[in-house]
Amino acid sequence: MIYLWAFLVGGAICVIGQLMFDVLALTPAHTMSTLVVLGAAADAFGLYDPLVKFAGAGASVPITSFGNSLVHGALTELQRDGWVGVVTGIFDVTSAGISSAIVFSFLAALVVRPKG
Amino acid sequence: MPAKTKKSGVKLRLDTMTPQDYEKLSKPFVPSRPVFKNCIRAFLSGGLICVLGQAIQEAFMAIFDMSSREASSPTVAVLILLSVILTSFGVYDKLAQWCGAGTAVPVTGFANSMCSAALEHRAEGLVLGVGGNMFKLAGSVIVFGVVAAFVVGVVYAVMGWGGTH
Repeated sequence: MIYLWAFLVGGAICVIGQLMFDVLALTPAHTMSTLVVLGAAADAFGLYDPLVKFAGAGASVPITSFGNSLVHGALTELQRDGWVGVVTGIFDVTSAGISSAIVFSFLAALVVRPKG
Repeated sequence: MPAKTKKSGVKLRLDTMTPQDYEKLSKPFVPSRPVFKNCIRAFLSGGLICVLGQAIQEAFMAIFDMSSREASSPTVAVLILLSVILTSFGVYDKLAQWCGAGTAVPVTGFANSMCSAALEHRAEGLVLGVGGNMFKLAGSVIVFGVVAAFVVGVVYAVMGWGGTH
């Protein structure tokens, strides 16, 4: 059942992105930035976690979850370490995504000859 | 007196034409985007990528006995690895032609933007090319995400709210 919800919710978030491309005529960079901020805002109101519980990867794979994770890291360390946690905690949860994207992309650039 | 077109009432003289006039004139000739078709494609492809992510996550949970939260980081890493491999073979960008936002919105699209920027600028060297351009597209996502998270964190700190939900 979680697979069905992952499909439906993940697909729906992508449709929102597509509508921003086509109807609002935003560039990909504007669209992605907006979605990340939306994800951060949703977590600020405590709305994103229930969505992840409900839709699994349907909510955690789209880029909105990146905003969610940034806020999550900041708030978790805020509670644990006080004020300074807001700054030290931001990349806490998203480190896996950003680090692996940097490392794999760098390795690809070492090995692959660009096409076209 | 410059001639005016019947419909739009826009001046036809090129030397006095403003960009707004040009947009008005050319609008009927710009092909309209097939919004509905694009949305269906984005829905199907984006949904499938999330199902794949769910399958990878469940595999981590089953094999390494992780909770769903612990499993989400390695899941993202595997998806990013897949995306980088497909980008390296030029497959991801072909898929993206068909899928639109369906391949751009998932985290795989984030990795694709970094990897293709790294490959594209490889010829300019590792430091100035790869290092300097990798975040050309992905950078704005990180900047706005971090600023938003910082604002939320400060609001929570000032209001004295607890951190976790």
